[in-house]
Amino acid sequence: MKYGIVIVSHSNEIASGVKKLIAEAAPDLSITTAGGTDDNEIGSSLEKIQQAVDDNTGDEILAFYDLGSSKMNLDMLIEMSDRKIHRYDVALVEGSYAAATLAEIESPLNVIENSLKDLKIK
Amino acid sequence: MKLELVAAKKWINLFVEKIEDNKSELNELDTAIGDGDHGTNMDRGAKAITDSFAKKDPDNLSDLYKTTAFAMIQKVGGAAGPLYGTAFLDMSKAVKTDNLELSDLIQIGSDGLKRRGESDVCMKTMIDVWQPIATAMKNGNFNQQTINEALNENKAMVATKGRASYLEEKSKGHIDPGSQSSAYLFEALLEVMGV
Repeated sequence: MKYGIVIVSHSNEIASGVKKLIAEAAPDLSITTAGGTDDNEIGSSLEKIQQAVDDNTGDEILAFYDLGSSKMNLDMLIEMSDRKIHRYDVALVEGSYAAATLAEIESPLNVIENSLKDLKIK
Repeated sequence: MKLELVAAKKWINLFVEKIEDNKSELNELDTAIGDGDHGTNMDRGAKAITDSFAKKDPDNLSDLYKTTAFAMIQKVGGAAGPLYGTAFLDMSKAVKTDNLELSDLIQIGSDGLKRRGESDVCMKTMIDVWQPIATAMKNGNFNQQTINEALNENKAMVATKGRASYLEEKSKGHIDPGSQSSAYLFEALLEVMGV
Protein backbone atom coordinates (compact mmCIF):
# COMPACT_ATOMS: atom_id res chain seq x y z
CA MET A 1 0.00 0.00 0.00
CA LYS A 2 1.02 3.58 -0.46
CA TYR A 3 1.25 4.44 3.24
CA GLY A 4 2.27 2.55 6.34
CA ILE A 5 2.10 3.73 9.93
CA VAL A 6 4.82 3.72 12.58
CA ILE A 7 3.94 4.27 16.24
CA VAL A 8 6.70 5.44 18.60
CA SER A 9 6.00 5.54 22.32
CA HIS A 10 7.91 5.64 25.60
CA SER A 11 5.95 2.58 26.63
CA ASN A 12 5.92 -0.76 24.87
CA GLU A 13 2.35 -1.32 26.05
CA ILE A 14 1.12 2.02 24.71
CA ALA A 15 2.72 1.34 21.32
CA SER A 16 1.23 -2.13 20.99
CA GLY A 17 -2.11 -0.95 22.41
CA VAL A 18 -2.38 1.85 19.87
CA LYS A 19 -1.50 -0.59 17.10
CA LYS A 20 -4.22 -2.98 18.23
CA LEU A 21 -6.74 -0.15 18.34
CA ILE A 22 -6.00 1.35 14.94
CA ALA A 23 -5.65 -2.05 13.23
CA GLU A 24 -9.38 -2.48 13.83
CA ALA A 25 -9.97 0.47 11.53
CA ALA A 26 -7.25 -0.52 9.09
CA PRO A 27 -6.79 -4.29 8.88
CA ASP A 28 -4.78 -4.22 5.63
CA LEU A 29 -2.40 -1.44 6.60
CA SER A 30 1.22 -2.03 7.58
CA ILE A 31 1.43 -0.79 11.19
CA THR A 32 4.72 -1.25 13.02
CA THR A 33 5.72 -0.08 16.49
CA ALA A 34 8.70 1.03 18.56
CA GLY A 35 7.75 1.07 22.25
CA GLY A 36 10.06 1.62 25.21
CA THR A 37 13.80 1.06 25.46
CA ASP A 38 15.74 -1.98 24.24
CA ASP A 39 15.03 -3.58 27.65
CA ASN A 40 11.33 -2.67 27.38
CA GLU A 41 11.73 -0.08 30.12
CA ILE A 42 10.12 3.36 29.80
CA GLY A 43 12.03 5.44 27.27
CA SER A 44 12.76 5.37 23.56
CA SER A 45 15.14 3.45 21.38
CA LEU A 46 16.62 4.50 18.05
CA GLU A 47 17.24 0.83 17.26
CA LYS A 48 13.57 -0.08 17.77
CA ILE A 49 12.46 2.84 15.59
CA GLN A 50 14.89 1.68 12.90
CA GLN A 51 13.41 -1.82 13.12
CA ALA A 52 9.83 -0.52 12.93
CA VAL A 53 10.72 1.48 9.81
CA ASP A 54 12.57 -1.47 8.24
CA ASP A 55 9.64 -3.81 8.91
CA ASN A 56 7.03 -1.42 7.54
CA THR A 57 5.86 -2.34 4.03
CA GLY A 58 4.25 1.01 3.13
CA ASP A 59 5.87 2.97 0.28
CA GLU A 60 5.92 5.98 2.57
CA ILE A 61 5.61 6.13 6.34
CA LEU A 62 3.32 8.20 8.50
CA ALA A 63 4.97 8.42 11.93
CA PHE A 64 3.28 9.22 15.23
CA TYR A 65 4.93 9.61 18.65
CA ASP A 66 4.13 10.52 22.24
CA LEU A 67 6.76 12.49 24.22
CA GLY A 68 10.03 14.38 23.82
CA SER A 69 12.72 11.77 23.34
CA SER A 70 10.46 9.63 21.10
CA LYS A 71 10.32 12.63 18.81
CA MET A 72 14.06 13.29 19.00
CA ASN A 73 14.96 9.67 18.27
CA LEU A 74 12.42 9.61 15.44
CA ASP A 75 13.96 12.80 13.98
CA MET A 76 17.41 11.26 14.23
CA LEU A 77 16.22 8.20 12.33
CA ILE A 78 14.51 10.37 9.70
CA GLU A 79 17.86 12.12 9.13
CA MET A 80 19.65 8.78 8.75
CA SER A 81 17.04 6.85 6.75
CA ASP A 82 16.50 6.71 2.99
CA ARG A 83 12.79 6.02 3.47
CA LYS A 84 10.22 8.77 3.02
CA ILE A 85 8.90 9.40 6.53
CA HIS A 86 6.29 12.00 7.49
CA ARG A 87 6.25 13.01 11.16
CA TYR A 88 3.05 14.35 12.71
CA ASP A 89 2.98 16.44 15.91
CA VAL A 90 -0.54 15.34 16.74
CA ALA A 91 -2.37 13.52 19.52
CA LEU A 92 -1.02 9.96 19.24
CA VAL A 93 -4.22 7.94 19.52
CA GLU A 94 -6.61 10.23 17.65
CA GLY A 95 -4.06 11.18 14.99
CA SER A 96 -2.88 7.68 14.16
CA TYR A 97 -6.49 6.44 14.17
CA ALA A 98 -7.63 9.11 11.74
CA ALA A 99 -4.62 8.55 9.47
CA ALA A 100 -5.05 4.77 9.53
CA THR A 101 -8.74 5.00 8.61
CA LEU A 102 -7.94 7.19 5.62
CA ALA A 103 -4.79 5.36 4.53
CA GLU A 104 -6.72 2.08 4.55
CA ILE A 105 -8.98 3.38 1.76
CA GLU A 106 -5.96 4.73 -0.18
CA SER A 107 -6.73 8.40 0.50
CA PRO A 108 -4.19 10.89 -0.85
CA LEU A 109 -1.74 12.52 1.57
CA ASN A 110 -3.41 15.94 1.47
CA VAL A 111 -6.68 14.39 2.63
CA ILE A 112 -4.93 12.54 5.44
CA GLU A 113 -3.03 15.65 6.49
CA ASN A 114 -6.16 17.73 6.38
CA SER A 115 -7.79 15.41 8.91
CA LEU A 116 -4.73 15.71 11.17
CA LYS A 117 -4.69 19.49 11.13
CA ASP A 118 -6.98 19.97 14.11
CA LEU A 119 -5.25 17.28 16.16
CA LYS A 120 -1.92 19.09 16.36
CA ILE A 121 -1.01 19.41 20.04
CA LYS A 122 2.77 19.70 20.07
CA MET B 1 43.18 26.32 19.89
CA LYS B 2 42.50 22.82 18.61
CA LEU B 3 41.99 19.60 20.51
CA GLU B 4 44.07 16.70 19.19
CA LEU B 5 43.23 13.02 19.59
CA VAL B 6 45.11 12.31 22.83
CA ALA B 7 43.68 15.36 24.59
CA ALA B 8 40.19 14.74 23.23
CA LYS B 9 40.28 11.15 24.47
CA LYS B 10 41.35 12.39 27.89
CA TRP B 11 38.45 14.86 27.76
CA ILE B 12 35.83 12.18 27.12
CA ASN B 13 37.35 9.82 29.70
CA LEU B 14 37.31 12.59 32.33
CA PHE B 15 33.68 13.34 31.45
CA VAL B 16 32.83 9.64 31.96
CA GLU B 17 34.55 9.76 35.35
CA LYS B 18 32.65 12.87 36.43
CA ILE B 19 29.31 11.40 35.38
CA GLU B 20 30.01 8.22 37.34
CA ASP B 21 31.13 10.19 40.41
CA ASN B 22 28.05 12.45 40.31
CA LYS B 23 25.38 9.98 39.30
CA SER B 24 23.30 10.50 42.45
CA GLU B 25 23.62 14.29 42.32
CA LEU B 26 22.25 14.25 38.76
CA ASN B 27 19.41 11.97 39.85
CA GLU B 28 18.57 14.37 42.69
CA LEU B 29 18.47 17.38 40.37
CA ASP B 30 16.21 15.41 38.05
CA THR B 31 13.95 14.36 40.94
CA ALA B 32 13.22 18.04 41.61
CA ILE B 33 12.03 18.92 38.10
CA GLY B 34 11.99 15.70 36.05
CA ASP B 35 11.64 11.96 36.44
CA GLY B 36 14.69 11.38 38.60
CA ASP B 37 16.76 9.26 36.24
CA HIS B 38 19.20 11.62 34.50
CA GLY B 39 22.12 10.36 36.62
CA THR B 40 21.24 6.70 36.06
CA ASN B 41 20.74 7.28 32.33
CA MET B 42 23.97 9.24 31.90
CA ASP B 43 25.88 6.68 33.97
CA ARG B 44 24.65 3.96 31.61
CA GLY B 45 25.84 6.08 28.67
CA ALA B 46 29.19 6.73 30.38
CA LYS B 47 29.77 3.01 30.91
CA ALA B 48 28.81 2.36 27.29
CA ILE B 49 31.46 4.88 26.18
CA THR B 50 34.10 3.06 28.25
CA ASP B 51 32.99 -0.31 26.83
CA SER B 52 33.10 0.99 23.25
CA PHE B 53 36.61 2.44 23.72
CA ALA B 54 37.74 -0.88 25.20
CA LYS B 55 36.32 -2.76 22.22
CA LYS B 56 37.92 -0.48 19.68
CA ASP B 57 40.24 2.31 20.72
CA PRO B 58 39.34 5.24 18.40
CA ASP B 59 42.37 6.19 16.29
CA ASN B 60 41.08 9.49 14.95
CA LEU B 61 39.00 12.40 16.25
CA SER B 62 35.99 11.68 14.10
CA ASP B 63 35.77 8.09 15.37
CA LEU B 64 36.24 9.25 18.95
CA TYR B 65 33.25 11.60 18.80
CA LYS B 66 31.18 9.15 16.73
CA THR B 67 31.77 6.33 19.21
CA THR B 68 30.82 8.67 22.04
CA ALA B 69 27.66 9.70 20.17
CA PHE B 70 26.51 6.14 19.49
CA ALA B 71 27.15 4.98 23.05
CA MET B 72 24.91 7.81 24.27
CA ILE B 73 22.25 7.26 21.59
CA GLN B 74 22.03 3.53 22.24
CA LYS B 75 22.30 3.40 26.00
CA VAL B 76 21.03 6.58 27.65
CA GLY B 77 17.31 5.95 26.99
CA GLY B 78 16.02 9.39 28.02
CA ALA B 79 16.07 12.68 26.11
CA ALA B 80 19.77 13.17 26.89
CA GLY B 81 20.58 10.27 24.53
CA PRO B 82 19.52 11.84 21.25
CA LEU B 83 20.67 15.29 22.47
CA TYR B 84 24.24 14.41 23.44
CA GLY B 85 24.20 11.92 20.56
CA THR B 86 23.35 14.59 17.99
CA ALA B 87 25.89 17.06 19.40
CA PHE B 88 28.72 14.52 19.23
CA LEU B 89 27.61 13.09 15.89
CA ASP B 90 27.61 16.55 14.33
CA MET B 91 31.02 17.19 15.90
CA SER B 92 32.35 13.90 14.50
CA LYS B 93 31.23 14.92 10.99
CA ALA B 94 32.73 18.41 11.35
CA VAL B 95 36.21 17.29 12.40
CA LYS B 96 36.38 15.02 9.36
CA THR B 97 36.29 17.78 6.78
CA ASP B 98 37.56 20.94 8.43
CA ASN B 99 40.57 22.01 10.38
CA LEU B 100 38.32 23.21 13.17
CA GLU B 101 39.00 25.48 16.11
CA LEU B 102 37.73 24.09 19.41
CA SER B 103 35.28 27.00 19.71
CA ASP B 104 33.78 26.09 16.33
CA LEU B 105 33.50 22.46 17.39
CA ILE B 106 31.53 23.37 20.53
CA GLN B 107 29.37 25.76 18.48
CA ILE B 108 28.55 22.90 16.10
CA GLY B 109 27.58 20.78 19.11
CA SER B 110 25.39 23.58 20.44
CA ASP B 111 23.72 24.01 17.03
CA GLY B 112 23.06 20.26 16.98
CA LEU B 113 21.27 20.53 20.33
CA LYS B 114 19.16 23.39 19.03
CA ARG B 115 18.15 21.43 15.95
CA ARG B 116 17.40 18.16 17.72
CA GLY B 117 15.56 19.77 20.63
CA GLU B 118 13.90 22.38 18.40
CA SER B 119 14.97 24.83 21.09
CA ASP B 120 17.31 27.70 21.90
CA VAL B 121 18.94 29.47 24.86
CA CYS B 122 16.86 30.63 27.85
CA MET B 123 14.46 27.66 27.78
CA LYS B 124 16.24 26.05 30.75
CA THR B 125 18.01 23.32 28.80
CA MET B 126 21.61 22.21 28.27
CA ILE B 127 21.88 24.80 25.50
CA ASP B 128 22.19 27.38 28.31
CA VAL B 129 25.57 25.82 29.08
CA TRP B 130 26.80 24.88 25.60
CA GLN B 131 26.04 28.21 23.91
CA PRO B 132 27.69 30.63 26.39
CA ILE B 133 30.71 28.35 26.51
CA ALA B 134 31.00 28.25 22.72
CA THR B 135 30.77 32.06 22.73
CA ALA B 136 33.31 32.49 25.55
CA MET B 137 35.74 30.19 23.73
CA LYS B 138 35.39 32.22 20.56
CA ASN B 139 36.20 35.34 22.61
CA GLY B 140 39.12 33.59 24.28
CA ASN B 141 37.80 33.92 27.83
CA PHE B 142 36.41 30.48 28.66
CA ASN B 143 37.04 29.50 32.28
CA GLN B 144 35.32 28.03 35.35
CA GLN B 145 33.52 31.34 35.84
CA THR B 146 31.80 30.86 32.45
CA ILE B 147 30.40 27.51 33.61
CA ASN B 148 29.33 28.81 37.04
CA GLU B 149 27.56 31.81 35.56
CA ALA B 150 25.80 29.67 32.96
CA LEU B 151 24.52 27.33 35.68
CA ASN B 152 23.38 30.23 37.89
CA GLU B 153 21.44 31.78 35.05
CA ASN B 154 19.94 28.44 34.13
CA LYS B 155 18.85 27.91 37.74
CA ALA B 156 16.87 31.17 37.75
CA MET B 157 15.02 30.37 34.51
CA VAL B 158 11.47 29.07 34.09
CA ALA B 159 11.53 26.02 31.82
CA THR B 160 9.74 26.37 28.49
CA LYS B 161 11.11 23.19 26.88
CA GLY B 162 11.37 19.60 28.02
CA ARG B 163 9.59 17.82 30.84
CA ALA B 164 10.34 20.60 33.39
CA SER B 165 8.20 22.97 31.30
CA TYR B 166 5.08 21.20 32.64
CA LEU B 167 6.03 22.61 36.05
CA GLU B 168 6.04 26.19 34.77
CA GLU B 169 7.00 28.62 37.63
CA LYS B 170 7.88 25.72 39.93
CA SER B 171 10.86 24.88 37.71
CA LYS B 172 12.52 28.11 38.90
CA GLY B 173 15.32 27.76 41.45
CA HIS B 174 16.52 24.35 40.27
CA ILE B 175 19.42 23.63 37.94
CA ASP B 176 18.34 21.71 34.84
CA PRO B 177 20.01 18.28 35.18
CA GLY B 178 21.15 18.21 31.54
CA SER B 179 22.82 21.57 32.10
CA GLN B 180 24.64 20.15 35.12
CA SER B 181 25.88 17.10 33.19
CA SER B 182 26.97 19.46 30.41
CA ALA B 183 28.82 21.51 33.05
CA TYR B 184 30.76 18.33 33.95
CA LEU B 185 31.61 17.89 30.28
CA PHE B 186 33.08 21.39 30.10
CA GLU B 187 34.81 21.17 33.48
CA ALA B 188 36.50 18.07 32.09
CA LEU B 189 37.47 20.11 29.04
CA LEU B 190 38.93 22.88 31.24
CA GLU B 191 41.10 20.32 33.02
CA VAL B 192 42.37 19.00 29.69
CA MET B 193 43.05 22.53 28.44
CA GLY B 194 44.93 23.20 31.68
CA VAL B 195 42.98 26.37 32.45
